Amino acid sequence: MTPVLELEGITKRFGAMTANDDVSLTLGQGEILALLGENGAGKTTLMNILFGHYAADEGTVRVFGEELPTGRPRAAIDAGVGMVHQHFTLAGNLTVLENVMLGSEPLASLRSARGAGRRKLMQIAERFGLPVTPDARVSQLSVGERQRVEILKALYRDARVLILDEPTAVLARPEAQRLFETLRDMTKEGLSLIFISHKLHEVMAASDRVAVLRAGQMVAERKTADTTADELAELMVGRKVERPVRRGHLIGSPVLVAENVRVEDKGEARLDDVSFAVHEGEVLGIVGVSGNGQADLGALLSGLKTPASGTLTLAGQDVGQIGPRGMIRAGVGRVPEDRHAEGAVGELSVWENAVLERLRSPDFSRRGFVRTAACKSYAAELIERFDIRGATPDTRTRLLSGGNMQKLILGRCLSIGPRFVLANQPTRGLDEGAISAVHAELLAARSKGAAILLISEELEEAVALSDRIQAIVKGRLSQPVAADDADARKLGLMMAGVWKEDHHAA
Amino acid sequence: MRLERRAHAPLHLIVIAPLAAIVAALFLAGGLIAAAGVNPFGAYAEMLRGALGSRLSVTEMLTRATPLILTGLAAAVAFRARLWNIGGEGQFFVGALITAWIGHSLSVPGPLGIPILMLAGMAAGALLLAVPAYLRLRFSVDEVVTTLLLNFIVILFVGMMIEGPLRDPLAFGWPSSVPVDGDFRLPDLVPRTRLHIGFLIALAAAGAVWLILARTVFGAETRAAGLNATAASFAGISLPRTLMGVAMLSGALAGLAGSVEVLGVTAGVTTTMSPGFGYAGIVVAMLAALHPAGVVAAAVFVATVFVGADAMSRATGVPSFIADVVVALCLLTMVVALMFTTYRVRR
Repeated sequence: MTPVLELEGITKRFGAMTANDDVSLTLGQGEILALLGENGAGKTTLMNILFGHYAADEGTVRVFGEELPTGRPRAAIDAGVGMVHQHFTLAGNLTVLENVMLGSEPLASLRSARGAGRRKLMQIAERFGLPVTPDARVSQLSVGERQRVEILKALYRDARVLILDEPTAVLARPEAQRLFETLRDMTKEGLSLIFISHKLHEVMAASDRVAVLRAGQMVAERKTADTTADELAELMVGRKVERPVRRGHLIGSPVLVAENVRVEDKGEARLDDVSFAVHEGEVLGIVGVSGNGQADLGALLSGLKTPASGTLTLAGQDVGQIGPRGMIRAGVGRVPEDRHAEGAVGELSVWENAVLERLRSPDFSRRGFVRTAACKSYAAELIERFDIRGATPDTRTRLLSGGNMQKLILGRCLSIGPRFVLANQPTRGLDEGAISAVHAELLAARSKGAAILLISEELEEAVALSDRIQAIVKGRLSQPVAADDADARKLGLMMAGVWKEDHHAA
Repeated sequence: MRLERRAHAPLHLIVIAPLAAIVAALFLAGGLIAAAGVNPFGAYAEMLRGALGSRLSVTEMLTRATPLILTGLAAAVAFRARLWNIGGEGQFFVGALITAWIGHSLSVPGPLGIPILMLAGMAAGALLLAVPAYLRLRFSVDEVVTTLLLNFIVILFVGMMIEGPLRDPLAFGWPSSVPVDGDFRLPDLVPRTRLHIGFLIALAAAGAVWLILARTVFGAETRAAGLNATAASFAGISLPRTLMGVAMLSGALAGLAGSVEVLGVTAGVTTTMSPGFGYAGIVVAMLAALHPAGVVAAAVFVATVFVGADAMSRATGVPSFIADVVVALCLLTMVVALMFTTYRVRR
């Protein structure tokens, strides 16, 4: 294979930290290369150097044999390299066509060039199998469609090498599968692709070759056909990782019970006739495609929303109206869906976030004054006990990696020995090492008798952790099934809303 | 060129930022002074001499700094919680008016009356800000608009009161309210100057505010709510209660400024008793990066500009309005300087 892209000896330092250490990489014509690594391994930095967003301290980038000047995105684009960022860079108030043309055509002639632009866009869309409506406003498109526009934008600029940064992070699974099929077709049209990922299953499914980055160094390269997910996981993390396994044990009496709960938002039903019971020592998994009411279920159980009708009880006490503080006092541990927006205040220190939920408890304050020393020693305990890396009690929380921030939030709600735990997408965006840590903690809480409600979009996760599973579709819950009887097909059907509506009879 | 967020704002930058902002503001204002045909360096030297050149001028400057410390604290407390209280001027005036009103007819011994009058001024300021805060909570009314416009209403109301029911008959037609009883005047801090113990009260207030913000549950909850309201409310912190608490504290501080100014300096209320203490408090708070200790330093600086500008004006003929220009420019340059402490420029 002729290399279309060669990175040689790339080194990039940020202050004392070396993000990339002597990394070399080649990409062959028509190849799909997966760049695999945990969060913080240096994948994005490497691709930003290739694309000219950062200037490398050492090393060279060659595209089609020609060396690129450093630090100039325009040079990379002109050489035929396109990048699709994880967070889209589209203008929502412009149309698809305008977004695609923006930046490659002089703005003044946008209007006159539009006819030619439209023809070129439609040609590309046809050739690569990426259907679009050129005149649709981007703000009205779904996430998957927006990503397609991002790809088209790169192709419009005659990209022959395409870099996709965590392309599936924002996609639901069927959309992700469709994306990889499309990418495969695109290589037949002569494109070469690099996609960045930390998800093993998609790397195995979609790539020809895998390059594994760990702590800034290229630790391995494998042909995808010659490797296994287990080997890649080990290479990526640097040690053997096994996700913890749920073991059967006695399940106790019901702790949290919802009966015919309805939650509304501006008069519209978000949860409708929802009933479930989570028992002592049980994990109840709620699976579903994103946007089917998970957020409202999370808000309900966090105390942020109240039932419009129906009842929510914790150990027999009504907890529908008691609010977040009441929930915390009642012994409910809550892991929110979005750790940055809800879980922690990034600008506060680790110790302040550690005690934020229980500032008013006598453990942490006396007569209105914060007992700083007690708070800090509690935070130090959490750091130790939950293996929160890179943290001291005084570290600013936003400097923690996603996994360590999640461990902090998890530690905060598990350390009090909660009766009920809400875990809403607890591993979203985490890497393999952090995922197993989070799973282990949740299962440990289950062994101690906590009732856990797990909301997840990852089927493997739901099946691995849950004792029973219910699907959520358009704000309604299916009947529970035992996780041991559930296979992907059955759950897939449940998530599509195919279940017997027999609970009125039951 | 792009801006990159810093992991930590380094300490030296936090100290340098306000100094750089002040230098930049003086440089820009220097252009105006030069345009007026005066050497800016000479003019600034006059300004310094006027504010710090003698014992008397220093006491005068500290007298002026006293209400600025309090209005600066009021703004700092509110801004930390993202309550945009632009109404310090109005709260200052209600505090002053209530103090003069009650202090004119109150018949208790001085040492008892002074705290009562100060509490009354604080309560008035707190109530005045509680209204916009409530409107924001209940109806999402923008408090920038309501607090700002309330200033004009309050000043007109003060004007009405001192023309009417509270008019001082002994002021020879000069529009002033009745004075507070002589027993309630704050003792001088330095004999035969205007500097009164209100300056110490302002310093104590700065200490108290620091303690509240840094060490209490209320302070911690306020900080969390100001930095990330969603996370704070997820953690069970009541946002309405925090906001109302902040509003009461902020309004009380600005009301106290008015009260202290009446008890320590003016005795009666006039509509011209404040050269914009409430608005200048916003600049003070910004220059201080919202830190209580910084507020004291920034208030001293702004007072230096205010007092020094009068001397400069007398010596050079440059209008003393230049003081307002310098202070306003400081606000703008400080906002720019703050950006550089949070972000670094990368090429």
